[in-house]
Amino acid sequence: MKYLYYPGCSLKGSGRPYEESLLSILDRLGVAVVELAHWNCCGATAYMSVDEVQAFALAARNLCLAEECGGPGDVHLLAPCNACYLVLSKAQVYIRQYARIGQVVAEALRAAGLEYHGRIKVRHPLDVLWNDVGVERIKKAVTQPLQGRKIACYYGCQVVRPYATFDNQHNPMVMDHLLRAAGAQTVDWPLKERCCGGTLTGTMEEAGLRLSYILLKEARARGAQVMATACPLCQFNLECYQDRMQSRFGDGIKMPVAYFTQLLGMAMGIPASKLGLDRLLAPPKPVIPTATPDAAGKGAI
Amino acid sequence: MIRQIHEPSRIGVYVCHCGMNIAAKVDVEDVRAFARSLPNVVVAKTYKFMCSDPGQEMIRKDIQEHDLNRVVVASCSPLLHEHTFRRACAAAGMNPFHLQMANIREQVSWVTPDCALATRKARALIHAAVRRVADHYPLAKERVNVHPAILVVGGGIAGIHAALVLANAGKKVYLVEREPSIGGHMAQLDKTFPTLDCSACILTPRMSQIRTHPNITLWTYAEIEEVAGFAGNFKVKVRHKPRYVKEELCVGCGECVSACVFKEGRVRDEFNQGLSKRKPIYMPFPQATPNVAVIDPQSCLKIMRGKCAMKCVEACPRAAIDFEQREEHTDIEVGAIILATGYRTFDARKIPEYGYGRFPNVYTMLEVERLVNAAGPTGGDITLRDGARPQTVGIIHCVGSRDRRHHPYCSNVCCMASLKMAHLVKERTGAEVFNFYIDMRATFKGYEEFYDQVLREGVQFIRGRVAEVTDWAIRPAEKGKLVIRVEDTLVGVVRRIPVDMVVLATAMEPQEDAAAVQRKFNISCSQDGFFLERHPKLGPVSTFSDGIFLAGVCQGPKDIPASVAQAGAAAAEALCLVDKGFVEIEPNTAFIDEAACSGCRTCIPLCPFQAITRDAVKGVAVINQALCKGCGTCVAACPSGAAGQNMFTDAQIYDEIEGVLADV
Amino acid sequence: MSSNVTLPVAKEFEPRIVAFFCNWCTYTAGDLAGAARLAYAPNMRVIRLMCSGRVDPEFVLAALRQGADGVLIGGCHPGDCHYREGNYKCLRRFQLLCKFLRQMGVEEQRVRLEWIAASEGDKVQKIANEMTAQLKLLGPLRLQITPRVNGRPRAAECPPAPTKGVAP
Repeated sequence: MKYLYYPGCSLKGSGRPYEESLLSILDRLGVAVVELAHWNCCGATAYMSVDEVQAFALAARNLCLAEECGGPGDVHLLAPCNACYLVLSKAQVYIRQYARIGQVVAEALRAAGLEYHGRIKVRHPLDVLWNDVGVERIKKAVTQPLQGRKIACYYGCQVVRPYATFDNQHNPMVMDHLLRAAGAQTVDWPLKERCCGGTLTGTMEEAGLRLSYILLKEARARGAQVMATACPLCQFNLECYQDRMQSRFGDGIKMPVAYFTQLLGMAMGIPASKLGLDRLLAPPKPVIPTATPDAAGKGAI
Repeated sequence: MIRQIHEPSRIGVYVCHCGMNIAAKVDVEDVRAFARSLPNVVVAKTYKFMCSDPGQEMIRKDIQEHDLNRVVVASCSPLLHEHTFRRACAAAGMNPFHLQMANIREQVSWVTPDCALATRKARALIHAAVRRVADHYPLAKERVNVHPAILVVGGGIAGIHAALVLANAGKKVYLVEREPSIGGHMAQLDKTFPTLDCSACILTPRMSQIRTHPNITLWTYAEIEEVAGFAGNFKVKVRHKPRYVKEELCVGCGECVSACVFKEGRVRDEFNQGLSKRKPIYMPFPQATPNVAVIDPQSCLKIMRGKCAMKCVEACPRAAIDFEQREEHTDIEVGAIILATGYRTFDARKIPEYGYGRFPNVYTMLEVERLVNAAGPTGGDITLRDGARPQTVGIIHCVGSRDRRHHPYCSNVCCMASLKMAHLVKERTGAEVFNFYIDMRATFKGYEEFYDQVLREGVQFIRGRVAEVTDWAIRPAEKGKLVIRVEDTLVGVVRRIPVDMVVLATAMEPQEDAAAVQRKFNISCSQDGFFLERHPKLGPVSTFSDGIFLAGVCQGPKDIPASVAQAGAAAAEALCLVDKGFVEIEPNTAFIDEAACSGCRTCIPLCPFQAITRDAVKGVAVINQALCKGCGTCVAACPSGAAGQNMFTDAQIYDEIEGVLADV
Repeated sequence: MSSNVTLPVAKEFEPRIVAFFCNWCTYTAGDLAGAARLAYAPNMRVIRLMCSGRVDPEFVLAALRQGADGVLIGGCHPGDCHYREGNYKCLRRFQLLCKFLRQMGVEEQRVRLEWIAASEGDKVQKIANEMTAQLKLLGPLRLQITPRVNGRPRAAECPPAPTKGVAP
């Protein structure tokens, strides 16, 4: 199966390690992806709260473009960023479910010479790796198992809410299964899909910091040594603010926060440079001894 | 056209108001006048309740006074009152099959908000019925003798009670249970609400009565394989699973169990909900009836690998163990069947936020029943998996019930079961007990009083659906505990209650194979998957298949008293059928017009009941009237129009088509 | 209620739907829809048969010929047939009938076969409404056929001598 890849703005910016590692492991697993040409911002949550209908039109433009270049039948659109994944999924549902929104969006699209037929399947990498690629293929690709270290899988609030299409809404397990397939041990912890603070960390730092801190603290209490994420904003909040958490709460947490794709890539023996490990502030190298040597030292706190 | 007109039609049309059920939407007077204007209609009347005695009397009188030979009643569904009006017609000397009903209640007044449109639809249906009834010809029901024995499927409390009632009335009863012992869920309970009688104490005597009653044949570890026939004459094939122990020799001494090469139990003990382990050879539970050992072929070394020291065989003083036993079948004939196949409990893993299966100290209600029971895995000690005694216990109601994601219905017993459990836990352990409920439902005799008693005993009640059970401690008091997070809707705050033990009052749901059983017995299921009764008010134990009755939870969630009451009712209905001695069969069978039949044999393989053969001499098809069930499939297929169906002839159906389509 | 109801003047096209319902599942579902007061479009007129297997494709054609704009056949779900397999026989005939109707230029939305269990009162409502709406969009069925006498394809119908006839 071929996938169209919708990076969204994060994966070209702060989330570049996510893009690099995702594309590397998909390449290693023999999954073909083609980047969607002329994609635009999904609108994220900010636009949706300003003007819902316009936000959906913005998102739907991407769906139309994907449909056009995806050929006949179902088109699988890979959206790795949790926010993009949710916004694109939500646009689909709302256009179909609410006639008024559907109509306005259709008009907006028509003005741009586009029409949406509903053939897009919005897919998250977790979904594709779990359901399409399958654990067996991943196990076969693993050359340097992530042994001996404990990982807290943090899914973020958006992949299973409100649409739990590929995993359980209250106790998602797909990332756990994937990382276990890569030889890691994952911790059972209760905050897998609780809010990281999201954009609050930028607007009301006090509130946002506290939410991120709760997550890291609980993960640490459960014995986790690394936190795995599937969302650029979560990764950013959890990793970059650890210093400020220390000054705010007087509790220094030093926990590497990596994309799950980076961890899978490490297990597959993909060089660190191709996984964007050196772009992290605290790459998981020090706690996962099997990581390839070229990431050593670089950027480690 | 070979249209035989037996006599000129003189039709009476009777339009029912059904109180305001019809009259509020359908202009009955307009419809009456319309009917009167139709050809061959001699008289048309309306009446408040046509099914009442005066209504029927009016029809009887009219038939005689106006010399009517056809009657159309426009009222409710024929499934409800066709019999009533047929009887009225017959009483006046008219052939009862010269009646046709127009369903202007269920199909018109109850579903059409607009009066004018409802009236027009009622006119069309009556028009069709008047046209059709002219084509009716005299028919008679055939009487068939009823086999006097009765089959009860399921040996829980409902099946046990039904079987005893029937057997005490002198009927031959077959009680078939698929587990190795009868007793069902009730045997697993410790106490029963609200009187707190010991469940085993009141059930065990009933179980032994079943075992010893001369009129009852008890087959445990057996399932129904096939059901054929019809009310009064069911032919049933029963499959006996091998238990590898000769039932007639075993006295239940248990020597074999002690002697088994497995020194400890290794297999999940179903009776104790997996809280203990049993051996491959085992007694289902101490009061099992029959009190006979059984060997589980999934874990017995001899059966699985063919190799074992077979200590059990050595130990048995009566040589009852028989590894050569194979599956057997018995064919029986019965006149009526009572289904009492029970329920299973909701799998709490489907609500992962409650942590069942993840947190060891989250239990289901049935598990705690076994913990409380003196014969249970802990000898009646309510202890956690690590052996500690809980200081605080939270009981969560409505787990899987009243939940759109799972079962929208109320499981009916969980409120009371939770109250009972709260009482027992508090009494035995002194623990602080919290009940988390949406609404308290304590609606039968003595139930509210019991609720009051439990309240006064100091059990805490928090109204709100629990959001989650988590081990995420955010306060020192929560360390090492399970935290129940819930919105207390009476206070309007979100609370976190730390507890040691969580008990989930899981929903009752249809048996896993309910759909297969439903098909086997040719009955229906309601939307929730429980078996569908014939009428929610007036036929709560009958089904749409005559001669098959329902008892207990297989029809819908209910508690023990309600199950027993329903079992008694089902037994009475079955007695009615069997004691009458005969059933009347609808004459809607198919027939062949020999003159038109070309002998092409198209119909023969279509008949699911093998009722059609070919007369080699005449070269025509012959339909055996005793075997024909009257589906009409052969009639629709006949290329030469030689096959017809009584009560549903082509002419009658074409008349109805023309009738409903006419401009009225 | 006043006895003089003026029947509404047809403003909008009101399609006529003939429905053949099996006695055991779909007819019962219709009764359930009534008991639950599930209002639906009044355009559907139900003819009760014992089994969907009794539906002769010619019934459908006769209905269309005589002014029905749509026909609905309702039977038990596969595996649930009271007569074991009448609904399968119905399905086979229905597929052939659909081919024929396509050739006749009859739109496929006009003739439907639906499995409706005794518990699915809401499905009766849904399908009656859905079909009515679809047929309103399609407009009246216009078939170019020379009408036959009474619209009946052939004679045949009373038993030569009633097999179980008993005079009252």
